[in-house]
Amino acid sequence: MTTEVTGPPSNVEDGDTGGSPPGALGRAVRAVRDGNTLVITLLAFVCAIVVGAVLIVIADEDTRTAAGYFFAYPPDMLGAAWNAVSSGYAALFEGSVFNPDSLTAGSTIAVLGPISDTLFNAAPLILGGLAVGLAFRAGLFNIGGQGQLIAGAICAGYVGFAWDLPVVLHLLAALVAGVIGGAVWGGIAGWLKARTGAHEVISTIMLNYVALYLLFYLLSVGGFQAENSNQAISRPVEENARLPHLLGSSLSVNASLILALLAALGCWWLLTRSTLGFRLRAVGANQFAARTAGMSVPSSYITVMLLSGALSGLAGCAQILGGNNPALTGDVDANIGFDAITVALLGRASPGGTVLAGILFGGLRAGAVKMQSDTGIPTEIVQVIQSVIVLFIAAPSLIRAIFRLRETRGGGVTTLAKGWNG
Amino acid sequence: MTTIAPEEELVVIRPVVALGVPLRSRLIAGITVVVAGLVCVLAWGLGANPGSADFSLTAAGDTFAIPDLKLPAAGTAIVLGVIVIALGLFHAVRGFSKRQMRWVLLVVLLLFVIAFLCWASTGSPGNPLNIPGLLQNTLLLATPLILGALAGILCERTGVINVAIEGQFLAGAFAGALGASVAHSLGVGVISGMVAGGLMGALLAVFAIKYVVNQVVLGVVINAFALGITGFGYDALMQSDPSAYNEPGFFAPIRIPVLADIPVIGQLFFNVNIIVYMTYILIIVIDVALFRTRWGLRTRAVGEHPKAADTVGIKVLRTRYRNVIMGGVVAGLGGAFLTIGAIGGFTKDISSGKGFIALAAVIFGKWSPRGAIGAALLFGFADALQSLLSVAGTPVPIPSNFLLMLPYLATLFAVAGLVGRVQAPAADGEPYVKG
Repeated sequence: MTTEVTGPPSNVEDGDTGGSPPGALGRAVRAVRDGNTLVITLLAFVCAIVVGAVLIVIADEDTRTAAGYFFAYPPDMLGAAWNAVSSGYAALFEGSVFNPDSLTAGSTIAVLGPISDTLFNAAPLILGGLAVGLAFRAGLFNIGGQGQLIAGAICAGYVGFAWDLPVVLHLLAALVAGVIGGAVWGGIAGWLKARTGAHEVISTIMLNYVALYLLFYLLSVGGFQAENSNQAISRPVEENARLPHLLGSSLSVNASLILALLAALGCWWLLTRSTLGFRLRAVGANQFAARTAGMSVPSSYITVMLLSGALSGLAGCAQILGGNNPALTGDVDANIGFDAITVALLGRASPGGTVLAGILFGGLRAGAVKMQSDTGIPTEIVQVIQSVIVLFIAAPSLIRAIFRLRETRGGGVTTLAKGWNG
Repeated sequence: MTTIAPEEELVVIRPVVALGVPLRSRLIAGITVVVAGLVCVLAWGLGANPGSADFSLTAAGDTFAIPDLKLPAAGTAIVLGVIVIALGLFHAVRGFSKRQMRWVLLVVLLLFVIAFLCWASTGSPGNPLNIPGLLQNTLLLATPLILGALAGILCERTGVINVAIEGQFLAGAFAGALGASVAHSLGVGVISGMVAGGLMGALLAVFAIKYVVNQVVLGVVINAFALGITGFGYDALMQSDPSAYNEPGFFAPIRIPVLADIPVIGQLFFNVNIIVYMTYILIIVIDVALFRTRWGLRTRAVGEHPKAADTVGIKVLRTRYRNVIMGGVVAGLGGAFLTIGAIGGFTKDISSGKGFIALAAVIFGKWSPRGAIGAALLFGFADALQSLLSVAGTPVPIPSNFLLMLPYLATLFAVAGLVGRVQAPAADGEPYVKG
């Protein structure tokens, strides 16, 4: 594998340092250079899979027993380890992409089930990832996805169960409410940054918990809490306000996927085709230069945090209006707020990359469920794999060192907001 | 204090001379205090149920019993409120100096809390609020926060942002419970907790210093990693065989003879478990070392101006590695406290955001050990108070979730500059590349 990889990038490097030639050749060179980024991503994935395999082996009871007499008869342990890892990853694949058993069952629903679950899980991750990525581009690190998602879900959920509106209107009203809720929550952090210089990382972390406790409070008061219930669960969202399924009710994928793709398209247009997007990127690249050029840095911060919060709010809508559970609970976030950060980092803060990263992590989430039910491997392994991927991507020189690639520039996550004072 | 104030030794860019407090900020602070006083008078004083506020001052197991303290609830709160208003008015009109204001705010806070407790204790007449119990709980809840905050200070004073305190807590808590269960020894548990925290610290150090990864991003990712790996370990090992892997037991308190017999505060401070005593030592050691030793001077130099430090021959990267790993070890101890210091068993996400409160304490305490410890105690108190009041009840029910929100809101206000300027070490979060 290493030899395949070292070839092209080293050629590229020579072409690159000499300045990219124009025209078709330039495009080709750039494509291969992007390939270099892709290669790093793939290798990071491979490393993460290996780390996951190690965990599976450690957790596997048969392997542990066989390890007890490893020196007496090594094949036993190696065999058990191979069994555990291969059956685990096979189940992960079957749960997220394609299950060969479903062919014999002969129904399209069974064949499409895994893909549908993957896309269902991907939608909120994509939305959350876009939110983080958009803020990244303007030089802000929004780790308040959790809080903004919760704020959005509270608003969308409230409209969804408390209002009484006709079919299409109800869904739209709930979506708008969710977007506003998230935007307000994100906007607070943006406003604080613009007005007082409060670092957005600190304020968004704090706002996460404020939102969480606000949610816990609301789930304990009348009007919000489900009637005749002591549980911290809200009234269920009305059928009118639910996001419709795309491929029939037996497949989980729903309209939140459309929302996510539209949002990605919107982000792409915003960042590459609009004046506002140009301004945001300019502020993100160098706020001092942007200010000198006459752009308002504070208003850019507020705008981007409003937009970022709105996208997170939309992720909240996907959770509450499209999720398996149509009622608000304390776990409405389902760790999407933080997973979205890894999605954005993996997608390198570009809308297209975020969609792909969201689908990958959605697949991991979907597959993990089957992995646990089939082989007993805890779903948390997905969390480990995700964070290891991002850790390796963030440090491309580590990947290059492991696989003995040539040191080149690029391929890493761009360095963003620096210290607390930056 | 005849020596130069420690913070001033290294000031490079910050203006040192501040001629009085500007009128605008004086007015804002003064009016805020007056409003707090009005709340005391109108809400806590006039809103109290008739009768007296009863406080029990004897903890279970105290040698000497002190009779319950009975205060006229409404009267006390009103008097305290008037004092607070007077302080606020004085500040708005004449102005306290910066140094005085710190103490004034402390007094205001104390009076406000006492007035609040007077009001709260009238919620269930004949059932006195147990003050020593409340304080004991505060210390119990604040201990991990203090350790986490100290870890944060060790890292950030040396120029590496530590958002990964939460992850270090989780690793320490998990390894503490696992080590103690497997080895049937709490001592092994403490050590394995500290080692696990140190490993998380090392992970942070290597990626932040060697691979120059954005440190906030890194912290978030390490938190996710720790959450995943401890959750995985819990499901894979602990849940399948709790007696072998997750029954560590916990440290019994150690009673220091004479000192523990002091009324009210004796048991609070001197009948606690070993990790709390270790925390006392760490507090003193870190506070003294940071401002009075060569190591401390170097640490702060590296955190404020690494290039200058490098120029005079301080090994910037080595200092950072050492401090970040030490920070991880301290946070790992805090994590171990969560399992073998208090509950005796690991559950998923056991730290549940405490690492972030510790981070908040670092920031709220302006990156100084004393400030951070004060903030950690304050946040611990808010937590202890909400659990007390959710049981005891108040005249008007206060949702406990709002009290739980307080640390985060307080920090939000702090970073927004409402309680003076919050300034991080100048090079905090900036990787140092030689040359």
